[in-house]
Amino acid sequence: MNAPDSSSTPLEVHDLTVAYHKKPVLYGIDLQVPEGSLIGIIGPNGAGKSTFIKAVMGLLPVSSGWVKIFGKSYRENCHRVGYMPQRESVDWDFPVSVMDVVLMGRYGRLRLAQRPTKQDREIARNCLEKVKMLPFANRQIGNLSGGQQQRVFLARALAQESDLYLMDEPFVGVDAATEAAIIALLRELKSRGKTLLVVHHDLASAKEYFDKLILLNMRLVAFGDTDEVFTPEILQTTYGGRLTILSEVAQTLSTTP
Amino acid sequence: MRRLLLPLLLFGCVFLVPEVAHAVRISELTDSTMMDRAVRFFTFRDASLRNALIGSMLLGICCGLMGTFLVVRKLALMGDALSHAVLPGVALGFLWNMAKDPLAIFIGATIAGLLGAGTIQLIRNTTRHKEDAALGFVLASFFGVGICLFTMIQNVPGGNKSGLDKFMFGQAASLGRGDVWLLAVIAVLAVGTVAIFYKEYTITSFDAGFARSLGMPVQIFHYSLMLLLAFAIVSSLQAVGVVLVSAMLVIPAAAAFMLTDRLGIMLLLAAIFGLCSGAVGAFFSFVGRNLPTGPFMVLAAAAVFAIALFFGPRHGIVSRWWRQRSRSARVQRENTLKAIYHVLEGNEFRSEHVSLRELAERRRETLEDVQRQLTAVRRTGFVTLFSDAVTFTPSGWQRACEIVRNHRLWELYLTNAAHIAADHVHEDAEKIEHILGEDAVRQLEKRLNYARRDPHGKLIPGIEDISLGSIPQPADRATGFGPAPH
Repeated sequence: MNAPDSSSTPLEVHDLTVAYHKKPVLYGIDLQVPEGSLIGIIGPNGAGKSTFIKAVMGLLPVSSGWVKIFGKSYRENCHRVGYMPQRESVDWDFPVSVMDVVLMGRYGRLRLAQRPTKQDREIARNCLEKVKMLPFANRQIGNLSGGQQQRVFLARALAQESDLYLMDEPFVGVDAATEAAIIALLRELKSRGKTLLVVHHDLASAKEYFDKLILLNMRLVAFGDTDEVFTPEILQTTYGGRLTILSEVAQTLSTTP
Repeated sequence: MRRLLLPLLLFGCVFLVPEVAHAVRISELTDSTMMDRAVRFFTFRDASLRNALIGSMLLGICCGLMGTFLVVRKLALMGDALSHAVLPGVALGFLWNMAKDPLAIFIGATIAGLLGAGTIQLIRNTTRHKEDAALGFVLASFFGVGICLFTMIQNVPGGNKSGLDKFMFGQAASLGRGDVWLLAVIAVLAVGTVAIFYKEYTITSFDAGFARSLGMPVQIFHYSLMLLLAFAIVSSLQAVGVVLVSAMLVIPAAAAFMLTDRLGIMLLLAAIFGLCSGAVGAFFSFVGRNLPTGPFMVLAAAAVFAIALFFGPRHGIVSRWWRQRSRSARVQRENTLKAIYHVLEGNEFRSEHVSLRELAERRRETLEDVQRQLTAVRRTGFVTLFSDAVTFTPSGWQRACEIVRNHRLWELYLTNAAHIAADHVHEDAEKIEHILGEDAVRQLEKRLNYARRDPHGKLIPGIEDISLGSIPQPADRATGFGPAPH
């Protein structure tokens, strides 16, 4: 196996199983993510892509298995993880400004009841600048277009200054120019030794964007360098319909009292 | 100096005269007129009246703050359910020692409220029902139990039941010293907690998933907020009543939400609105001879809400209407400028005046209409009007050129870049010409390679034309246009 020093492995997942209301959605995922790579998580709808990254962070109850972040539990190392949730996960009418949202990326480093410092504001401003949203810093978040909202979320993740980033569909609802800008930013993070796991739904661009791919469909179909796993056979296995027996048994499990 | 003396003296008379000299029990005041009672209210002399007023204002603050979180978390109905769920707790608190002991009632009501919240959670987590059904169930069933217990208490002999009936619709005058102290403690607790943990409450309300990914104890913040909410409800019950306390939670916060889009300001506004509504409710309840306080507070809050709804600077109905009106007036004026330009262009800029008749023919309107529009345009300083001839001022000429340029650029853009037929683009350009900013114009010009002719072959005035004058310029303010300097 790998080198015994697991503290340099950004993410290690062992036999991870997740169930919603007793209905399993992810089965026994085993994964070791190497440092400094840009990894796409792809698979059909309902394959458990978002579920996977949420389970890694402990946002969903896990039925079995464990997750290690740089060799420790998520709770111990959560400050080394940056998270960009799906845009639809929040209420954009909430009365906060763009700046307030980006500052939230700094909250993980602040003590209880501690206010963001001048330095935090400076970092937040830099991150807004990187996604070209600084002119909008004082806008209420509901007054932005979908692509701009997505960039605000990206700026918030950048403000976390983490080593491992988990991003849920960062390219949804953005135009081609913004998509190119975002991927450039992600590549820059990678070149600085960060590790990025990105849930992505567009197969056509996946091959071009990511060095490695995680192919999910209720279980891990394949994980490896894009050149090796982006093959018709593996894609067919991933997207070629559900494993009928697996989903039927899952259905039965959920209806059994 | 002397001007200051009189108010000071008045102030002294009102506030510094020993209260013993005036102390009258509220019940003895029934024979005074409404005016007397209003004066009595504002002079602040009776201890019991002070209790009522201070208590009402404190509860307004508590409810405003907690209500803000309910509104932004979309939990407005939670306040309603909790306020009804505490009723059996009030009755049990009374039964504890058959007296209206604020502390016993507070504890009983808080326990009942938390039990209600727990039941809602339980129904939501274990059944197929969503939040709304759970809220409806808890609200009605707890309230039913409360009513039964209250009827029982009325039939049990003995005990001091006076004031217990006020829990339904509220009576600020029945607030005792202990009640006000309790409210003060809760208010300090609420203000303090929200101020200290503002950052935590904001992020857990806005994006709980992200907060949890940061390792924050989201559940603790959620339940502490619910506990504070229960405290606010329970301590407010006596003055507002079970039925209407939820309105005091939701209405001031909802009004504040219409006026701002910053959570901090919203909290402040909601607290102020709550405070004012509380004071107004206490006033009317007192002046109207101990009418129930709750409805008046809620009406006061509703009045604030209505004002915010109509006159809020950004989202208010009247303000929006006013903005729309001034925008359409501007569009109207700019269309008139454009028409003048078109007439001049039709004459190949030979003349510098346009007669009212030409303009009316161009716009297919009556002379009177044109006259009225020109009067409006003249007020902005874009044209001068001599008997029946109109002349551009330099700023009017520039604005007219800009409008025409915007129109023709947009037409050209639609035909060239969006491949829309040339005869389809006019209507759209009519709207866009008024809202194109300078930045957008620069982009369009670049995109269209600084084209000079629109799809119909007409000249597009460019920035050089407007400033250098390759098409006729107003020579000076008095004469309007001069010939083009070539």
